[in-house]
Amino acid sequence: MKISIDDLHQAFESRVRLGIMSALAVNEYLDFTSLKEYLDVTDGNLATHLKKLEKEKFIRIEKSFIDRKPNTKYFITEKGKKKFNDHLAVLEQIIKSQK
Amino acid sequence: MKKEQDYIKDIAEIRSMMERSSKFLSLSGWAGIMAGLYALGGIIVAHRIYGFYPDEIFYSSDKLPNVIVLALLVLILALMTAVILSRKKARDKNEKIWTATSRRLVVHMAFPLVSGGILLLVFISKGLIGLIAPLSLIFYGLALVNASKYTIDDVKYLGFIQIGFGLISSFFIEFGLLFWSCGFGIIHIIYGIYMYIRYEK
Repeated sequence: MKISIDDLHQAFESRVRLGIMSALAVNEYLDFTSLKEYLDVTDGNLATHLKKLEKEKFIRIEKSFIDRKPNTKYFITEKGKKKFNDHLAVLEQIIKSQK
Repeated sequence: MKKEQDYIKDIAEIRSMMERSSKFLSLSGWAGIMAGLYALGGIIVAHRIYGFYPDEIFYSSDKLPNVIVLALLVLILALMTAVILSRKKARDKNEKIWTATSRRLVVHMAFPLVSGGILLLVFISKGLIGLIAPLSLIFYGLALVNASKYTIDDVKYLGFIQIGFGLISSFFIEFGLLFWSCGFGIIHIIYGIYMYIRYEK
């Protein structure tokens, strides 16, 4: 199979979204605050990127309340995991082919 | 259009994020060295000044309250040093210290440590002083093995060694203090030096 740069999913173009997916890939789930701490971005910025990933069905959201405060958990979906791994494979190929 | 450098940077970023979000890597080797020194200092005071040397499972000493205060002091000092040094290391790397990762590390250490601590208090109240050394080593080792998933993997081996020392010392109660100073003192110092050379130098 020939792999080209076109195969890179545009959802992973942003480094914040790539960061979100990397963190969720190695954790069962993360909440909004934890993601914000890891990525060092503003609330609004993170929310926009999360929304975009959710729209692609790469992540799934579970809302609950802790002490009456809303707490949102973010999980990676099967689809998200697959696309993320594909993305890694393409990155690897690109770097290999250019060596 | 992204360039090759960008892709390499992407991959570096992915790897760093996976690591940072699953493992707490700002543990300092110096924290281990200092904890070992505090422990040795504490044992010397307990033995030389308070004449504390449990050589049987049932052991009594009128200096027991002093020894307990001393032990708590050593524990608090070691924990404070670990937090301060880790915070400095995290800050040097431009990372936060109190994240989901470090919280998880603390929680996973706390379960074996708190259960062991309560058990030890019960044993102390029943005069089973000779069991403090082996049990504290075993529970501390279990805490390390349990927490190693969330930090540098080598912590696991430190845990195995502590469990080993604990089990052996339960056979030789009369050498409890000696095993205790080896486990909490000397092994911590050696481990701290190893960590410092391997990860920080």
